[in-house]
Amino acid sequence: MMHLRTLLLTLFLLLPGLVAANGPLTIAAASDLRFALDDIIEEYEREHPDDAVRVTYGSSGRMTTQIMNGAPYDVFFSADIAYPQKLRAEGHAVTEPEVYAIGRIVLWSNRMDASEMTLEDLLRDDIRRVAIASPTHAPYGVRAMEALKSVGIWEDLQPKIVNGDNIAQTARMIQAGGAEIGIIALSLAEFPDLAEHPHHLIDDALHEPLTQGFIITRRGEDNATAHRFADYMNGDTARDIMRRYGFVMPGEELPDDATR
Amino acid sequence: MFELSPTDWMAIEVTLKLAIYTTLILLVIATPIAWWLANGRAPGGLRTAVQALVALPLVLPPTVLGFYLLVLLGPAGPVGSTLESWGLNHLAFTFQGILIASVIYSLPFAVQPLQQAFANLGRRPTEIAGSLGAGRMDRFFTVILPMSRGGFIVAATLAFAHTLGEFGVILMLGGAIPGETQVLSILIYDHAEAMDFASAHRLSLGLLIFAFVVLFVVYAINRRFDTVRL
Repeated sequence: MMHLRTLLLTLFLLLPGLVAANGPLTIAAASDLRFALDDIIEEYEREHPDDAVRVTYGSSGRMTTQIMNGAPYDVFFSADIAYPQKLRAEGHAVTEPEVYAIGRIVLWSNRMDASEMTLEDLLRDDIRRVAIASPTHAPYGVRAMEALKSVGIWEDLQPKIVNGDNIAQTARMIQAGGAEIGIIALSLAEFPDLAEHPHHLIDDALHEPLTQGFIITRRGEDNATAHRFADYMNGDTARDIMRRYGFVMPGEELPDDATR
Repeated sequence: MFELSPTDWMAIEVTLKLAIYTTLILLVIATPIAWWLANGRAPGGLRTAVQALVALPLVLPPTVLGFYLLVLLGPAGPVGSTLESWGLNHLAFTFQGILIASVIYSLPFAVQPLQQAFANLGRRPTEIAGSLGAGRMDRFFTVILPMSRGGFIVAATLAFAHTLGEFGVILMLGGAIPGETQVLSILIYDHAEAMDFASAHRLSLGLLIFAFVVLFVVYAINRRFDTVRL
């Protein structure tokens, strides 16, 4: 207790942290990338051992709000290009939003054979809860809502709908038993743990495309790693990994065997 | 079973750093507040108001606190924009930001045990020491501090333990940046979300055991002093 001065000094030493630092590359990424991007970063770090990359996953809407509020992310991979476009328009991005993949939505369950089901089956009495991502700030939730509206069951399904904060949490809600079935990203349904259970690929004519875009933020402008990683995302290694997780690459079609 | 990843270690480091700094800062600022609340000469209404203010984090949803701090400390907020205009960084999504949040969030847990200890002590011992010629600092370090040692131990422990368990405020204000604002509670949430239940389980169990040991040690020490009971 006599060392009050030492304590104050220590606290003072914290202050330099306030000054802007160009540390490692910090990525904000939509939750549908959770497994694919982890693999890509692993490959990237193997090829660029001097670059440190850290990543935070969440819903694209929340990430956008955080970036507007000054969150220290250098690159932002959104599940919906509308968010990066908004950031660009409001001066938070230094690059034009670039499409890196098209996402797809699927019906998935670990208790019933979703591959044998259609969206209309969700009204069945033996299904009490249907999980989707929150349509207010998660792009996959918006697309799920559009698809359910297109087949005309959105209103009737309301009492059964439970919302996940983001698409990964939605998948977990189903896996943990909170909902019997739900609409999740194909990229998550292709993750080994979840791929044990079959899914039903939802016709992409039923919803607007999940055009996924990324930007480099104002903060990442001078971060060389940010630009290097952005280039890497367009390279063959990253695209192969993305394809493996069921993402459609810009200008390509989903291979037939993806619908199992 | 207990192999931790580099991300886990980073989160442990951030969490411990946060809890230790929070506890130290709280001991410094909670002591005068608690003394004033216990023995101050202020009118009753003002004292009640301050007491209510200090206890607010107990009842407010952490998201409310997190939201206001985000507004206040972010680049557009009064504090954040002032810092920016001085060429510094705003505090949202930084370690300093969650440190400020933790101090506010755990304030009642430091103030209340101290207040109780000081109230039990009363003004008498310090007045006697004063009449014997002890200065203010001397009175504090040689009379108050040793006599309410138990209160300090409980205050420090509760502040420390409560910071370990913080979640909602940091979720709002921190953004889960590894090595910066990703504390253990957030990382456990993240592991669960990634369906990495083995990692979530490892960290949860570790935190559970650690929390128990901390409390056990404190209650054991506290029983020896037996000055303050919770």
